[in-house]
Amino acid sequence: MSPTLSEKILSHAAGHPVQAGDFVVIRPDVVMSHDSLTPSILKIFHEQLGATRVADPQQLVFTMDHVVPAATVSIANDQNRVRRFAAEQGIRLFEVGRGICHQVLVEERIATPGKVVIGSDSHSTAYGAVGAFGCGMGSTDIALAWATGQTWLRVPETLRVILQGRFRPWVEAKDLALRLCREIGLDGANYMAVEYHGAPWMSLAERQTLASMAVEVGAKAGLFPPDPSLGADFPIPEWLTVDEDAHYARTITLNLENLPPQIALPHTVENVVDLNEINGQRISVIFLGTCTNGRYEDLATAARILRGRRVAPGVRFIVTPASQQVLTRAAADGSLQTLIEAGAVLTTPGCGPCMGRHHGVLGEDDICLSTGNRNFRGRMGSPEARIFLASPAVAAASAITGYITDPATLD
Amino acid sequence: MTRIWKFGDNVDTDQIVPGRYAPYMRPNADLATAAFIEARPEFAAHAQVGDIIVAGRNFGCGSSREYAAEALKRRGIAAIIAVSFARIFFRNAINLGLPLFEAPDIVASVQDGDSATLDPLTWQLRVGTTLWQLPPPPPFFRQILEAGGIVAYVQRYQRFPQG
Repeated sequence: MSPTLSEKILSHAAGHPVQAGDFVVIRPDVVMSHDSLTPSILKIFHEQLGATRVADPQQLVFTMDHVVPAATVSIANDQNRVRRFAAEQGIRLFEVGRGICHQVLVEERIATPGKVVIGSDSHSTAYGAVGAFGCGMGSTDIALAWATGQTWLRVPETLRVILQGRFRPWVEAKDLALRLCREIGLDGANYMAVEYHGAPWMSLAERQTLASMAVEVGAKAGLFPPDPSLGADFPIPEWLTVDEDAHYARTITLNLENLPPQIALPHTVENVVDLNEINGQRISVIFLGTCTNGRYEDLATAARILRGRRVAPGVRFIVTPASQQVLTRAAADGSLQTLIEAGAVLTTPGCGPCMGRHHGVLGEDDICLSTGNRNFRGRMGSPEARIFLASPAVAAASAITGYITDPATLD
Repeated sequence: MTRIWKFGDNVDTDQIVPGRYAPYMRPNADLATAAFIEARPEFAAHAQVGDIIVAGRNFGCGSSREYAAEALKRRGIAAIIAVSFARIFFRNAINLGLPLFEAPDIVASVQDGDSATLDPLTWQLRVGTTLWQLPPPPPFFRQILEAGGIVAYVQRYQRFPQG
């Protein structure tokens, strides 16, 4: 039996062959943390571990994306503390406005095929879009990785998702990600890795959407087999190949031809229905952004739908580009102008209002349609607010009408 | 008298501690008071040291926020018994020395509000007049729990646990 992608990557990292169920202690290639947790990791590092120097500053990456620019004095102080530590230890830091960790590490070619990337963020599964083993962990694990250069991992079993066919117009990777949550549930891949096969035609952006949401079915990692379409900046190690006889704990097949737009209803990501099962659901806030759907392709899709149209009265349409590069690209080709002329509100590149801290916190009466990845009660503000999840195309179409709308039905 | 707080399936970390109550947002607040502050205010108001959480499938799904497990630990929760746990929450709780047990039979048999006590040495749970033996955690995690958490473990042994 041949190894899965996760087994290959973790065997390479461990320096000896490992298989699902084994515990390994490895040296991750990249240890990422963002402003939301780096201050508390620093505290654990200094106060609990009594450490002063990180084991390997080149392993570490800091981003500023969760509350940027700082919203309060204490957050500003925390961020300055992180800046000082990074400067003193020689750690790479991506500043306020550069973008969301998971987007920036791919743009900067820090996450590349075959690497192990651990991050203080559950959506670190997103690095699987480029064939890296990306895995989220808590603050204590990250502090230990700073101090020792190492972490432990249990090698996961793998769920193989075989994709057949192509999306019909206005159906997107997000619809597929939601469909997978609907099929297998929030714990359908708990403790497992997900591998996505059969869709080498998918763009990097589409792969990032799916891999970021692997954690929403409980996965430890979500990997696309890397291929040359990623380009020369993402060199593929010769040992990182897909073996047909690899052992998968489970295989499911999803056909994209018949997939209609999907909507996650409040208050869980597995509570998913076909869009046409919903009738005239009014919306007060539309949020286009996040590590799942804040990329250039997503803004461009929204702009195509909104060109020459206006956001409906009574709707706030918040657009948060995933990164500065996304913003620059959307500005260069006019997508941004289209969105702003339609009535969109633009915020700083980063996580935006996804976790309810700034840039559009929801009130009690708000009903939000978000292109993000979580609609848990209270996620974006008031626990009384309701959050629906959808694709960027559905978000843009719904911005025009003010209720949840299939873009295929617009004139 | 300590008691059981029973929850359903898929209790997510936004319910345990909403992101708006993170230490990053409220540096001077007592994290212990944030546990279930919106999702279950009576827990936030009345949970006592030694109380036990019993839940369904996939407890702790969602964010990597360790402060969700930390808030329950600081609140004095003796253990969480569930049908299953989400991966990152499981790891965070064990790292902090908060014992977790997967025991579907106990979950099916006990009720919210039942009086219950846990013996932390034998991992025996008394619910009313019934005595349950909790299933011991796998050896890898047991090593961490017995040391009092991963930080204490690594400081004592100067290495990570062995599989």
